[in-house]
Amino acid sequence: MNIIFMLIAISLVIALIFFILFVKSVKTGQFDDVYTPSVRMLFDDELVEEDTTNKKSTN
Amino acid sequence: MEKEQFYYDNKIVKMFFIATIVWGIVGMTVGLMVAFLFNFPNYMEGISWLSFGRLRPLHTNAVIFAFVGNGFFVGMYYSMQRLLKTRMFSDTLSKIHFWGWQLIIVAAAITLPLGYTSSKEYAELEWPIDIAITIIWVIMGINMIGTLIKRRQRHIYVAIWFYIATFVTIAVLHIFNNLEIPVSAFKSYSVYAGVQDALVQWWYGHNAVAFFLTTPMLGLMYYFVPKAANRPVYSYRLSIIHFWTLIFIYIWAGPHHLLYTALPEWAQNLGTVFSIMLIFPSWGGMINGLLTLRGAWDKVREDPILKFFVVAITGYGMSTFEGPMLSFKNLNAIGHYTDWIIAHVHIGTLAWNGFIIAGMLYWLAKKLWKTELYSTKLANIHFWVGTLGILFYALPLYVAGFTQAAMWKQFNPDGTLVYGNFLETVTQVLPMYAMRSFGGTLYLTGFIIMAYNLVKTAKAGSIVKDELAEAVPLKKISAARVAGEGWHSWLERRTVLFTILTTVAILVGGAVEIIPLLVIDSNIPTISSVKPYTPLELEGRDIYIREGCNNCHSQMIRPFRSEVERYGEYSKAGEFVYDHPFLWGSRRTGPDVHRIGGKYNDNWHFNHMLDPRLTSPGSIMPQYPWLIKDDLDISHTADKLSAMVILGVPYTQHELDKAVYLLKNQAAEVEKNLRQDPEFVKNYGDANMQDKEIVALIAYLQRLGTDIKGEQTAKN
Repeated sequence: MNIIFMLIAISLVIALIFFILFVKSVKTGQFDDVYTPSVRMLFDDELVEEDTTNKKSTN
Repeated sequence: MEKEQFYYDNKIVKMFFIATIVWGIVGMTVGLMVAFLFNFPNYMEGISWLSFGRLRPLHTNAVIFAFVGNGFFVGMYYSMQRLLKTRMFSDTLSKIHFWGWQLIIVAAAITLPLGYTSSKEYAELEWPIDIAITIIWVIMGINMIGTLIKRRQRHIYVAIWFYIATFVTIAVLHIFNNLEIPVSAFKSYSVYAGVQDALVQWWYGHNAVAFFLTTPMLGLMYYFVPKAANRPVYSYRLSIIHFWTLIFIYIWAGPHHLLYTALPEWAQNLGTVFSIMLIFPSWGGMINGLLTLRGAWDKVREDPILKFFVVAITGYGMSTFEGPMLSFKNLNAIGHYTDWIIAHVHIGTLAWNGFIIAGMLYWLAKKLWKTELYSTKLANIHFWVGTLGILFYALPLYVAGFTQAAMWKQFNPDGTLVYGNFLETVTQVLPMYAMRSFGGTLYLTGFIIMAYNLVKTAKAGSIVKDELAEAVPLKKISAARVAGEGWHSWLERRTVLFTILTTVAILVGGAVEIIPLLVIDSNIPTISSVKPYTPLELEGRDIYIREGCNNCHSQMIRPFRSEVERYGEYSKAGEFVYDHPFLWGSRRTGPDVHRIGGKYNDNWHFNHMLDPRLTSPGSIMPQYPWLIKDDLDISHTADKLSAMVILGVPYTQHELDKAVYLLKNQAAEVEKNLRQDPEFVKNYGDANMQDKEIVALIAYLQRLGTDIKGEQTAKN
């Protein structure tokens, strides 16, 4: 049953990597803008009428 | 930069919208048919394709893949386009995805009642359909990734992360769990045997719940709850943490379905630990969803859509609390194999999945058909009828579950079982089953009210098939991180990289658990007296699989005094080394059958299959009259043995060459046994019973669990 020690080791290493990444990302301030995306999705961009003055029209 | 105009594809959303409602009604109706069988086991009187063992997989597959699946696609096609400010990558791929998926469902609805099944829960479909699912799923994935690449919005909103995780993980799970060797057009054997097969199956089974019934629904929650409440999600930061922790932890939790079984203990413990950890991301997500409605509770009072969402998210919280609790070994010892699990699952499906999809459909109906809801009152009625339905469904089954566990484990002072006859523990909970059917009826009624309401809404409005929108295209920026850009937002920008990382995180989890079991023999002690099934027994086993016996009977005796007393010696891992697929089961509506071999004579089994109430008055098992009428199909017997040889089952050359001869010899032997009963001779004197299916099934049942009997006697 040596395999169980290997498993624990692998699990700990992975957990550690994730923990380091998390601490690092908080310290480097990457979660600074965690507000805009949540508000931006509330705005709909559907148009009622086609804008005839606009030349570009793609799919 | 100048704004571009483009069109959203609403038609594909509408197609999936209709499919969700149609399959929802179908799947729930089949569920109700199955539920009624508990109280009226005879009401479908001997129609083979309507028997419980065949319909139950149809119910689970229909509600999971047809109802929730299509529901997810509705929300995914609607929200992805709008969040990424682009039309889907390819209309053709969207259409192939839609029609392919519906065809797969139709194929499932035909093949499952006909008995074409691999027996592995929620993966019952046979190999040709498995291949079709893989192709259609990958087509959907290409369409998703393509849409991400051509997006006009740099940031990928949290909902889409959940969609990506769903696509990637389900693809991996589906492929690995369905690795099988085909024998004929609709018959195959799992490449894994016994314990390995069980672990792979529940790694899949649990993650079917995680990545088909949870992550896609969380994606819908993160989009439609803020939209419906017109409030941003409570904490975007929490949603980021929720996502990463959830996908990483979920993949390890599968073994909690196999606690106290013959699975090696370390694998069980690993599953328990990660299952308990799961409560943190799950409840983080629930809190995030509920608190999105902060300051909007007055709206909840008015708006039926928000009511649906509140109950859905609460249901998510309840089932993700219960899940970790049930993963504690001591609680699992009580809950496993009982109706507690059925109640637990239905809190998740009826409340969480059903209600989040219902809320989404109401909200989308207004948006798609540009009109108000036909009747808010009817939507409110649906909400209350549905909520009552959930309570009437779940509460009786909780009572039933506790009752079963208590009765199974009750001992007399002299050390004998109080309820030695398993049947007593079944008849005791029949009133609970009736109440459950009532709850299910309420829930389905609510759903049909919704269907009516939505049809009326659609008729009142008119759909814009291609909806005009405009957005600024993305500037080309370097693939590397921009100065000052955060690590996570850079990662979101790199969609392909993101997909790969998600896959890696998931694969690591799965591989660490499964690979050691596959390669390390020491985990499964070999027992020298365990021999492969004879050709007749193998055919009998395939009938057991076809009839779905494993839906109600386990073949896994846990090492508890109460179980050893009732069923016999507990099950050892080494006894299952030739079981492709494993048939441990997950629920004991009837008793465990792992040691049934030799317990009754052949005539008992014969009469029991003909009408279970002949041998066990009050039994709720279906009748299997066709087993006595139909001839055993022996055209593939030799192929079946050859397939087993490829999988490592040590059949001798003699057995391979003479498969049919050996089968017929053993069948004649069984008939000879049956004829010892004068009653049998009187009723079936002229019948050539040795050619019938029943003989193979009897041979298999009489073999079950007998391999190690000789060894134990030898030791003593």
